[in-house]
Amino acid sequence: MRLGFITSKIGIAAAVLLILGALPAWASLGGDRASVDADQVHLHGTRTTKAVESYTVHEIQAASGVVVREYVSAEGKVFAIGWNGPWMPDLRQLLGGYFEQYVQAAKAQNAARPGRRPLMIEQPGLVVEVGGHPRAFTGRSYVPEMLPAGVRAEEIR
Amino acid sequence: MKSPRTFPAFIFVPVIFLGCAFLVGCSGGGSKTAPAQIIASSGNNVASISVSGGLDGFYADAAFVSVTVCVPGTSTCQTIDNVLVDTGSSGLRIMSSALTSLPLPQQTSGGNPVVECFPFVSGYTWGPVETADVEIAGEKASSTPIQVLSDGSTPPSGCSGFGASQNTTLDANGIVGVGLFTQDCGDYCTVVQTGPGDPNLYYECSSPTVCDPIAESLTQQVPNPVSLFSTDNNGVIIELPSVSAAGEPTVSGSLVFGIGTQSNNALGGATIYTADDAGNFTTTYNGTAYPDSFIDSGSNGYYFLNTSLTGIAECTDESDFYCPGSTVNISATDQGQNGSSSAISFSIENADTLFNSNDDAYSDLGGVSGNAAPYYFDLGLPFFFGRNLYTGLQSATYANGYWAY
Repeated sequence: MRLGFITSKIGIAAAVLLILGALPAWASLGGDRASVDADQVHLHGTRTTKAVESYTVHEIQAASGVVVREYVSAEGKVFAIGWNGPWMPDLRQLLGGYFEQYVQAAKAQNAARPGRRPLMIEQPGLVVEVGGHPRAFTGRSYVPEMLPAGVRAEEIR
Repeated sequence: MKSPRTFPAFIFVPVIFLGCAFLVGCSGGGSKTAPAQIIASSGNNVASISVSGGLDGFYADAAFVSVTVCVPGTSTCQTIDNVLVDTGSSGLRIMSSALTSLPLPQQTSGGNPVVECFPFVSGYTWGPVETADVEIAGEKASSTPIQVLSDGSTPPSGCSGFGASQNTTLDANGIVGVGLFTQDCGDYCTVVQTGPGDPNLYYECSSPTVCDPIAESLTQQVPNPVSLFSTDNNGVIIELPSVSAAGEPTVSGSLVFGIGTQSNNALGGATIYTADDAGNFTTTYNGTAYPDSFIDSGSNGYYFLNTSLTGIAECTDESDFYCPGSTVNISATDQGQNGSSSAISFSIENADTLFNSNDDAYSDLGGVSGNAAPYYFDLGLPFFFGRNLYTGLQSATYANGYWAY
């Protein structure tokens, strides 16, 4: 369940590809599908690609157990990111141009109400949720305006 | 709020529940009755806990203790108050601003200072690993690696990419991780990680702006300080009294070291719920099991599921908290990896109403844990009120540690 890859509620799986070996790294939120390949680095992991009706999910499992999922629209845009694993992924890389907005929002939320709790950032142009605890982090981010028609936000995980 | 507070002597009147004359029959099983809570008030293994507003006075549902750090083998020491007790992590982390000219030895690698980047949900802590004798109550962990939060060097991008820095937003003088695990990182950090999806936590800094990842052995890592005590080193008990539904200004209780090692820390009738290797167990609610759930004194409320799964409205101003129109009672079941389970119940009150009271302890503060899978229950500090909650360190018997209550 935790590392599962369940998209049955989304629609008909059109294609499932499992690729093993050294593969490209991550694209950034809001970036192009092309950057998934262009952002070439040495990821020691497994990538699973799953296409559904209106988008494709690229799931990349790193050796650490950190799993990252990239949601790419039919137009080739990365509209959402999800992750889970024992440690946090590099959100600067995953959120790209949205990273600073996330950091500022997280700081503002902490300043408004001191305390340690799941981070729920909900802004007009950006949603970021981070939860769990050290050794078991989970999170996701998406740009609401970029969600393909018919895609429900809770599909992103 | 920064001045030291004094606490009244503990006076606890045992309450005898008629159905619980024999403790063995009182744990688990969904019974509403429970053994009378007895809070340890004396002993060399007992530290005072204060649930209070913390450094700035605005912290809600946070448990603080005082920790004394000393230059190893000397009596050159400093006592740090307002250190957050966190069963959700392991390791002692102290703000450098709270350490006034205490010359702690710096851990080095190849002649360079070792600096750690530790990720929390709220953000990362950054700063050098230094060595101290750590004293809490009458317990002492000698020559213990601790993290000193400092911006004396610049975190590399692999660190700052975790999110926001916690170095200036901890709202405490430190955080003491007394959780399930012996080290803060474990085997993962004993080798340098090279994949972009594989973060590093330990670095050596050859200059304030040049920090490279290093392999950090288990004995060099920042440990749960309890694991280095000479006795009473197998876990902790957090013992806090009940808190009224309306909230209370402050609450006092105890952090007890050791489980079953002294007359004041017996497991008694408590049931053990073991954790998985990620430090989670299962909470079942409304017929659905959530296997990514956990108990965490460092979380300042009950954080669970979301509005669509619970039917509890979010607050309009702070949407991460719940603001029901009237009190909501939640019933669920906790289950350990070992199969033992028990019914739990708690209430959620309107967070806006609670915050308006300006109290520091709320038994019924809650919020959302996430709007997509994996959904989970984060049973934070309110879950500790009115019960003695044991956090057992990982051991040969319990590979990933346990909770007991």
